[in-house]
Amino acid sequence: MMLLSTRGLSKHFAGLQAVKDVDFDLPQGQVRALIGPNGAGKSTFVNMICGRIQPSSGTVIFDGRDVTMMPAHKRITLGMAYTFQITSVFARLPAGENVALAARRRLHDKSQVEKATHKALGQVGLLDRMDQEAGDLSYGHQRLLEIAMGLVQRPRLLILDEPTQGLSDNEITDFKTLIRALAGETTILLIEHNMSVVMQVADQVTVLNFGAVLAEGSPDEIHANRAVQAAYLGGDDA
Amino acid sequence: MNDTSKIITLHGGFLLVLFALQFLLPAYHHGNLARIMVLASYAIGYNIMFGYTGLLSLGHALFFAAGMYGMGLSIQHLGFAPAPALLAGIIAGIVISAALGLMALRTGGVSFMIVTLMFAQAGYLSILYFGKWTRGDEGFVIGQAQRILWGIDLSQPGNRYFAALILFSACLMAALWLVRHPFGKTLIAIRENEDRVAMLGYNIFAHKLGAMVISATISATAGAFYGLLFGYAGASFATVQYSIFPLLWVLLGGAGTILGPFIGTLFMFYLIDLSSGITSAYMLIAGVALVLLTLFAPQGLVGVLRAKLWRWLP
Repeated sequence: MMLLSTRGLSKHFAGLQAVKDVDFDLPQGQVRALIGPNGAGKSTFVNMICGRIQPSSGTVIFDGRDVTMMPAHKRITLGMAYTFQITSVFARLPAGENVALAARRRLHDKSQVEKATHKALGQVGLLDRMDQEAGDLSYGHQRLLEIAMGLVQRPRLLILDEPTQGLSDNEITDFKTLIRALAGETTILLIEHNMSVVMQVADQVTVLNFGAVLAEGSPDEIHANRAVQAAYLGGDDA
Repeated sequence: MNDTSKIITLHGGFLLVLFALQFLLPAYHHGNLARIMVLASYAIGYNIMFGYTGLLSLGHALFFAAGMYGMGLSIQHLGFAPAPALLAGIIAGIVISAALGLMALRTGGVSFMIVTLMFAQAGYLSILYFGKWTRGDEGFVIGQAQRILWGIDLSQPGNRYFAALILFSACLMAALWLVRHPFGKTLIAIRENEDRVAMLGYNIFAHKLGAMVISATISATAGAFYGLLFGYAGASFATVQYSIFPLLWVLLGGAGTILGPFIGTLFMFYLIDLSSGITSAYMLIAGVALVLLTLFAPQGLVGVLRAKLWRWLP
């Protein structure tokens, strides 16, 4: 069953065609990586999926419902979660409160919120930073906090926009383990530049180039695909 | 002691001090403090929107005046007793803020400031326009006989102080409860990063509207009490000046703090009171003090206290 589909999804900004006519299908439970050179339209594409940007044309179907006209916050309540590419935590609030805010939308009992907050912070290894102000965390830790805020919502579709940017090698290893542990239970759409992450965690990969789908397939197929190599990997593979 | 018990001890103790002061203060300051407590309640209302939600309104006088005139006009023309008259004032505040919120909250930032300012001006001009009932600029006095609430004469200084204290305590506790409640915490998050809150699945518009109605309800309650306790309703309370005052009080005392509105109101009240004893250009002294404070303590007095000493202050 498809959890997420787009049909003919397009966006142009003042004459610039950022995303053209994308048909995209993401089955329930899959980990999908979305890759492509800078400016390929990846972020615009996921922003249309989660409702931060209105498409110029086309439809977004989530869990069998046409959500194209639905405001972002309603899509989130349907079970999407989005973590920002540019870290967007609540800098002046403690890390724990950041996660609790994300938890409170679905949980109303105080002790449940606390439990879910602890769990999510534990999953990303930030439990000991709970009382620290988010703005005081290192950049890598803020990225992990973003991920915890996504996890605690127990989304059906987790959209991660370049989650490993700025993480250390150890943190990236932990991140891969975390995503593999979530796979099957949560459907994940991952925009990622780090090819080792893509190769190891994704079930399927979609390549965008100039706003259109260039190729789609398993990580190995994509790795071997000439057109992708030409457009993106440039021979210098991971 | 955990944070919750510290918070309860501090704020409970603060209210106890205010209770005790009525027996200690000389008549002049006793009267001032009653007035300050009512105005501080107004500032508490303003702070919910400005300090906690991050919405800068320049039209809160509209809500203060809605409470004052809702109360005053229903006594004057409908022969209401004080209790239902107070209720009428509060309802006026709720209705007007909900209607204004539905329109003004479609904007943000500077546009929101302008829209709220313009509607407040419209409110002020309406009071003048309907001078036949409101007596316009001159206003009207609410006589002693009309200020007896449940057998208690609110024109008596002792009773008045007590009523002001009850109002102030109720507003303070309501605000404290709100900002520790999930709804209030979401408001704080909206202040910090609105876009992120939307992407956590919260309806921003509904939360802002809620904040606006709560803020206006507290402001209108303060306005209604002000008119009843001090026996006068006048158009001057609907002017821009009365929209700016709560902003200054809150900035001085500390935006987004529970005690800040009171401290700011107290400070500014006595600043004007003392400087007007020295010179007729007392607003100059007040202005200089404000400039110095914003230069050296931009978080306000209680804000500094929180940053330097008590990090747990709500």
